[in-house]
Amino acid sequence: MKITREEVLRVAGLAHLELSEAEVAKYQQQLDSILEYVAKLNAVDTSKVEPMAQVLAAGEDLNAAMREDVVAPSEVAKDVLKQAPDAAGNYFRVPKVIER
Amino acid sequence: MTTTDKKWTIREVREAIAARRISARELAREYYSRIERENAKLNAFLALCPERAYAQADKIDTMAARGEKLPPLAGVPVAIKDVISTRGVTTTCGSKILEHYAPPYDATAVVRMEAAGAVVLGKTNCDEFAMGSSNENSAYGPVRNPVAPDRVPGGSSGGSAAAVAAGLAVAALGTDTGGSIRQPGALCGIPALMPTYGRVSRFGLIALASSLDRIGPFATTVGDAAEVMNAIAGRDANDATSAEAPVPDYTAALDAPVARTRIGIPREYFGPGMDPAVRHNVEAGIGALEKLGCKTVELRMPHTEYAIATYYIILTAEASSNLARYDGVRYGLRAPGDGTLVGMYRATRGRGFGAEVKRRIILGTYVLSAGYYDAYYRKGQQVRALITRDFEEAFATADLIVTPTSPVPAFRLGERTGDPLAMYLADIYTVTGDLAGVTGMSVPCGRTPDGLPVGLQIFGPHFGEARVLQLANAFEKATASGEKLTN
Repeated sequence: MKITREEVLRVAGLAHLELSEAEVAKYQQQLDSILEYVAKLNAVDTSKVEPMAQVLAAGEDLNAAMREDVVAPSEVAKDVLKQAPDAAGNYFRVPKVIER
Repeated sequence: MTTTDKKWTIREVREAIAARRISARELAREYYSRIERENAKLNAFLALCPERAYAQADKIDTMAARGEKLPPLAGVPVAIKDVISTRGVTTTCGSKILEHYAPPYDATAVVRMEAAGAVVLGKTNCDEFAMGSSNENSAYGPVRNPVAPDRVPGGSSGGSAAAVAAGLAVAALGTDTGGSIRQPGALCGIPALMPTYGRVSRFGLIALASSLDRIGPFATTVGDAAEVMNAIAGRDANDATSAEAPVPDYTAALDAPVARTRIGIPREYFGPGMDPAVRHNVEAGIGALEKLGCKTVELRMPHTEYAIATYYIILTAEASSNLARYDGVRYGLRAPGDGTLVGMYRATRGRGFGAEVKRRIILGTYVLSAGYYDAYYRKGQQVRALITRDFEEAFATADLIVTPTSPVPAFRLGERTGDPLAMYLADIYTVTGDLAGVTGMSVPCGRTPDGLPVGLQIFGPHFGEARVLQLANAFEKATASGEKLTN
């Protein structure tokens, strides 16, 4: 097995995911078989290939990301805060972060 | 399913309402009564929004009463996949983490559907955050295939596919990231179109993998899919990835002749692992296209076999990043955990996400983490470029590419849930198109001897939807929606 239990715990820590003991064992085994499958990419010679981060070429996509920077009203704060598990006034409330 | 409910087409709805043979309100009521009767069995809908639907229907009826020109989707009852935001209507993404989430705004695709007159009936079930190929990963239970209720409808847009196939909506919106429109379309036996990347705005689509996700239609006929595309395609200032390429009139072009269209048949899509009945029907389907005067060209697309591996690197990397936003702060579930901020994040996500979502977040975090990025993520991006090049080269000699949509027809519930890799391989013929950003459509291609639908997939180049729809339309007419291909 290539993936260790510690690696699963490390990655789950990075992703802020709480896992049960049974989940850690299951994911360790499943990740191992998925990564083993994914390793078939090593057979492809990519030494001269630029990595592709997005689909559309500049000519097709035109200047999609560029626009005028103009101020527009956005009065959604109340609706947005309504969805919060814990809101106070115009704020989202979270457990205390800074110890003093 | 033995229902004898009439399957309205969009044109029939529009004409009947304009002629005052039926009102939009009556039609909406008819569809809600069908849903009430069938949904307990199918589990296709997660939420209904009758107030919104009837308000829209009344607007259409007022226009009809005044003799005004009706918009193209006037009074057409539609369903929206539950990863697409609807203002004030619960949008769960099939996840417990968003169980009570009601978005403060509408997705552009929904705004455009309603602006075109459509009546949104409700939200359809899907695999959690669109991760799955069978709809069995929904936190709200699986959807059943209306054609064979012991089988899956495909996924992840299983609810949208089942709703249209069962006559519970005239059309529906789904999303495709690795096959999630085309594969359920094939398994439920209806036309289903994945537009080109950037063709339809994703503003308000709750993101899975941003370099792959598309919104597209499920419909009763190919012509109806074209009608929905007319409504939703085009640049949107709210989505920087939406393309400015001009939008043709997809319905006007439908009946253009298809003779002499060069159809590429890539050998790699007809390898081992394909169900013999699927192979038989797709080969018969290609024969039907030849009878229409199309010329077949044999192709090689040599990187096809690397598509699933590439896809599961890129998809999980992007998904792990997109799903970082579910932290119990701004919306959705919050579990207190040990009372610290990080403890709250961990508990919220540990409890709110289902097994497949966690699996993909872990894999995606792993391939992006220090020391593995080059070996996995960068490698995946490079092979993605090669898969895209395969398509570019194919479209140099062929106008369109024809393949099976899925290697197998609808499988039984539970049949593949134990082995994630086996489930991933269900997308073997569809993920390539997502990676390359091209358009692709599944059209019904007859049934297996067991009566299960088979789908024929047509790929077109970037912004080649009109041509894909033309061929699909000609195929649908020549084969009576594929029925002539059934043994």
